[in-house]
Amino acid sequence: MEVLERHIYMANQIARNLQHEPDPPTAAADHIKLFWNARMLDMMYAHLDAGGDGLDAPAREALNQVRAS
Amino acid sequence: MTYQPPKDFGTPESKSDEHVTLTIDGQDVSVPAGTSIMRAAAEMGTDIPKLCATDMVNSFGSCRLCLVEIDGRRGTPASCTMPAEEGMVVKTQTERLKKLRRGVMELYISDHPLDCLTCSANGDCELQDQAANVGLRDVRYGYEGDNHLGLETDTSNPYFDFDPSKCIVCSRCVRACDEQQGTLALTIDSRGFASMVSAGTGEDDFFSSECVSCGACVQACPTATLQEKSVKEIGKPDKAVVTTCAYCGVGCSFRAEMRGEELVRMVPHKEGKANRGHSCVKGRFAYGYAHHGERVLNPMIRTSIDQPWQEVTWEEAFAHTASELKRIQAKYGKRSVGGITSSRCTNEETYLVQKLIRQGFGNNNVDTCARVCHSPTGYGLKTTFGTSAGTQDFDSVEETDVILVIGANPTDGHPVFASRMKRRLRGQDGRDPAGLIVVDPRQIDLVKSPNITADHHLQLRPGTNVAVLTAMAHVIVTEGLTDDAFIKERCDGDAFADWAAFVSDARNSPETLEAVTQVPADALRHAARLYATGGNAAIYYGLGVTEHSQGSSTVMAIANLAMATGNIGRRGVGVNPLRGQNNVQGACDMGSFPHELPGYRHISDETTRQQFEAEWGAPLDNQPGLRIPNMLDAAVEGDFKAIYIQGEDILQSDPNTQHVAAGLEAMECVIVHDLFLNETANYAHVFLPGSTFLEKNGTFTNAERRIQPVRKVMEPLNGLEDWQVTQRLAQEMGIDWTYAHPSDIMDEIARLTPTFAGVSFERLDEEGSLQWPVNDAAPDGTPIMHMDAFVRGKGKFVVTDYVPTDEKTGPRFPLYLTTGRILSQYNVGAQTRRTENTRWHEEDVLDIHPHDAEVRGIVDGDWVKLASRVGETTLRANVSERMAPGVVYTTFHHPTTQANVVTTDFSDWATNCPEYKVTAVQVSPSNGPSDWQQRYEDQAEQSRRVGAVTEAAE
Repeated sequence: MEVLERHIYMANQIARNLQHEPDPPTAAADHIKLFWNARMLDMMYAHLDAGGDGLDAPAREALNQVRAS
Repeated sequence: MTYQPPKDFGTPESKSDEHVTLTIDGQDVSVPAGTSIMRAAAEMGTDIPKLCATDMVNSFGSCRLCLVEIDGRRGTPASCTMPAEEGMVVKTQTERLKKLRRGVMELYISDHPLDCLTCSANGDCELQDQAANVGLRDVRYGYEGDNHLGLETDTSNPYFDFDPSKCIVCSRCVRACDEQQGTLALTIDSRGFASMVSAGTGEDDFFSSECVSCGACVQACPTATLQEKSVKEIGKPDKAVVTTCAYCGVGCSFRAEMRGEELVRMVPHKEGKANRGHSCVKGRFAYGYAHHGERVLNPMIRTSIDQPWQEVTWEEAFAHTASELKRIQAKYGKRSVGGITSSRCTNEETYLVQKLIRQGFGNNNVDTCARVCHSPTGYGLKTTFGTSAGTQDFDSVEETDVILVIGANPTDGHPVFASRMKRRLRGQDGRDPAGLIVVDPRQIDLVKSPNITADHHLQLRPGTNVAVLTAMAHVIVTEGLTDDAFIKERCDGDAFADWAAFVSDARNSPETLEAVTQVPADALRHAARLYATGGNAAIYYGLGVTEHSQGSSTVMAIANLAMATGNIGRRGVGVNPLRGQNNVQGACDMGSFPHELPGYRHISDETTRQQFEAEWGAPLDNQPGLRIPNMLDAAVEGDFKAIYIQGEDILQSDPNTQHVAAGLEAMECVIVHDLFLNETANYAHVFLPGSTFLEKNGTFTNAERRIQPVRKVMEPLNGLEDWQVTQRLAQEMGIDWTYAHPSDIMDEIARLTPTFAGVSFERLDEEGSLQWPVNDAAPDGTPIMHMDAFVRGKGKFVVTDYVPTDEKTGPRFPLYLTTGRILSQYNVGAQTRRTENTRWHEEDVLDIHPHDAEVRGIVDGDWVKLASRVGETTLRANVSERMAPGVVYTTFHHPTTQANVVTTDFSDWATNCPEYKVTAVQVSPSNGPSDWQQRYEDQAEQSRRVGAVTEAAE
C-alpha cells in the first residue's frame, strides 16, 4: 500500500472499530487526536481538500472534526 | 563478596500460617506447621548431614544420612521426611547417629571415584562435604567389588556433562526435572545396584532425549555427575552477584557466579520472586554471545552504506554523529530526526534515549519495538482498567483454578513461568489440578504434555480471536454466569448494559460464529462455562492476541470476560500479558511511545509537560511524534533523514522488510547502537558498540511490573555502558547531562513519575525487587492491581465487534501463515544464534499439516517457497500434525529466512501493531533460496566490510 492509501485505510479501520461507541465520529476523532502526528494529519487534510476519495463517511467526519479542533 | 553457595534448607518452605515449636539440640525453634525437622534445624543454623534432600524439590528419604533421634520415639527417623510437631524434642548428633551416618557414607564412597583433587566439583561437592561432616576416615569394603567407576560420560549436551560414574542415585535430578521443570525427561532406570539415571529412553543421550536443557538437574546434583562444562573449563567461582536475565519478559533472577571478571556460570537465584529458583536454556546457558568473536568493540563510521566501515575513537564517533544530527536538523527541520528505544535495554537507558529525543532533538519522534508486540496491551488495558499493565504477579498462578491461555506458547516463549503454570496444572501442590483452556490455531505443547491435557483446545482460524471471545461472552451472559455483584460494585453499569446487549445478540452466539472461527460451538460453550464457573480464573496471553488487525479489541475482549466473571482484583485471577522481551513493560513505562511521557501521560497534557520542561530546562513539543512506520514513510518521501536506533533490529523484526530497507536507505544518517552488526546496520552510517547486561548497571521491568536490578559483573568490553554512550552523545550535542550512575537516572524517573515515586536503587537493593506502583499509597509496591477499585475508577466494558481482517485467503494464497518462537532461540536470534543453542534450532522451518503437504507434493525436509501478496522466501518444510489443515507456521529467528518479507502492511486499528499472525500464503516446492534472499545475502556481506576495500571473494 502507498502511504496515503494506508492512512486512508487506517482512518476507516479506526472508525469501523469504534462504530459501537455512543458518538462514533467523535470517538474516532478523539482517537486520531491522541495518536496521529501532524505529518499524518497534514496528509489527510490535503486529501480531504482533494475530495477525500476512499474515506468512509464516519472517518471523513472524524477527520473534519480533528481539523476543526 | 566471596563465593558462598546459596544456603540449602533441605526441604521446601511450608506456607502454613500455623506455627509449631519444638526443641532441637536443646534450643527451642518455632516454624510453620508442615516444616520438616531438617528445615527447622537449618533455620536455627544446624545443618543435619544430607545427600538426597535439597530445598528445590520435595523430600524423598532415600539416602538415610539425615537420621535424627526424637524423644519418646523408637528408631532413627529421617529428618527430611519427618514434619516438626509441637513439643518434639530432637537430637541431631548422638553416638548412635554418628555411627549410622558413617556407615551410610562408607557405602557411598566405596562406589565413588576418589579423584577429588582433580574433580571439577572439588570444593563444591556435597558428597565431599558430607564425608567430612560425618568424619569418614576409612572404607572397610575396599574398592575391588562390583562398581560403576568405569562408566562413560555423556557429553552430548553443549552446556553440561553427565558422568554416571560419579552418580550416587539420589534422584535429585529426576525430581528436579519432574517437579521444577515439569518435563519428566529423566528417570531412574532399572533397580537395586543396577539403578542408573537415564535421559529419555535407553537409546537416548541427553541431547536426543526430551530434555529441554533448563539446568534444573545440574543445579540439583550434589556431585560432579551433572555439571556445567564451563565449571570444568574454568574452575570454581570466587564470587556471586545477583542480577536479572536479559532474555524474555519473565525476568528471572540469577546469581552470576564469577572468577575475577570471567563468568563461570549463571545459576537461578532462589530468592528471585519471578522465577523462584528456576531457569531455562537461554538464561541459564546461552550467554556466550557476550564474548562472541562477531561482537563489535570499536565505534565505526562511513559516509555511505556502499563503503566499508572505518573504525574511529569514541570522541570521533560522538563528534561526527552530533555534527551530522545538527546538520540534518538545520537543513531539513527539527522533525527530520528521531529514534527508537529498545525493550532489551534497561529502564535507565530507554529513559535517556527518549529524553535525548524530546529534550535534545526537540521533537517526539521516539518509538519502541513494543510497537510491534504489545502496544495493543497498553491501549486495551488502559481503556478498560485504566493502566497499561498486567494485573497479577507470577505467584498468583498458585491460587488459580482455571487457566485460559490464548495466543501464547508459554513452554517455548516463557518457559520458566510455564513450569510454574505446569505445577498448578498437574496439581503438584496437593490440590486438584487447575483446569486448562487453550485457544490457539496450533497444538502447542501445553495442549498435551506429560501429565497435562487441556480440558479444551479451541483450535480457531487465525484472525478470529475477537469472534471466539465474544462468543464466550455470549455464553456467559445468556446463561446467567456473570458475577453481578462485582459488576454492580466495580464497573460502569451503562457500559456493561450496552456490552451485555451486544454480546447476547444471536449473531454473536457460538453456533453462528462457528462458520467464522471453525471452533465447534459445543466445545466453546463448555470452555466458557469452565472459565466462568471453575473458581479463580486467570487469562494469560501473548503476541497471538496483540499482533492482529484487531489486537487491541482482543485485549479489551479479554478484559471484558475477566470483569464479567469477577476475575479481577485478587490472587489467582486476572489478565496477564506475557511480554516478549525482558524490558517491554519498562520500555513502555519509560515514555518510549511518541504520544506519551514516562508513566503513560499524554504529551498534550499541560501539567505533566510543564513538570518535565522544568526538570529538563527545555520546551517540549506538545504534539505526538512519528511512529516507526511513519518514520520510514517520511524517509521514503524525503523528509525524515536521521535515526538513532538503540538495541533494535528493525530490518529483521518489523513488517514488510523491503519497505523498511527502502526507508533506511533513504536516510542520511542511520545510527545503530548494538552489540553486533545486525541486519539494520547494513544500512547504517554510524555504529556505536553496545554493552551486554553483564557489563552495566540498571533495571529491567518484567511482565509482572517487577522492577529488578541488573548489576555489572565485568567492565564493558567496548569501554562504555550504553547509558554512558547516550549521555556522551547528548553532551556532544550541547545538552547538559551529568549522570554519574544509573541510580541518578532512576532518581529522576522517580521524581517525575507518580507510579515510580518510591523506587530507588537503594530500595531495590534492600527489597530485591519492587512491583510498580510504588508510592505513598503502596510503599512496598503492588503485586496485584485493581484490588479495591480499578485505576480508572469503574471498570469499562467495551463493545468489541468482530471485524474480519482484510488479509484474506483465496485461490492464489489459500493458506494462513502464523508466526512464533521456539524455546532455544530468542526473538531475531542476535544473541541465541551466537551460542550453542543453534544446535537445537539451526534454521527456521515451515510447519505444515500432512494433508496440505501431500496435495502439494511436499515431504518432510523439502525446500519450499513461501509466497504472500507482498513477497516470498524459501525455507524447509516440517510436516506436522500440530497444525490445523489450512494453517502453516514458522519462527523468525534467522535473518536468512526473512519471514517478514512475506508479512503484510495490515496492522492493529488502534496502535498500528503489525498483523504478524495472519498472512495469506501459498506454499510450493522449491530448489533453494529465493532471488531476494540471494540479493539480501550479497548486500549484507558487502555492507559488513570493515577497513580497506577488500577484493571480492571468488
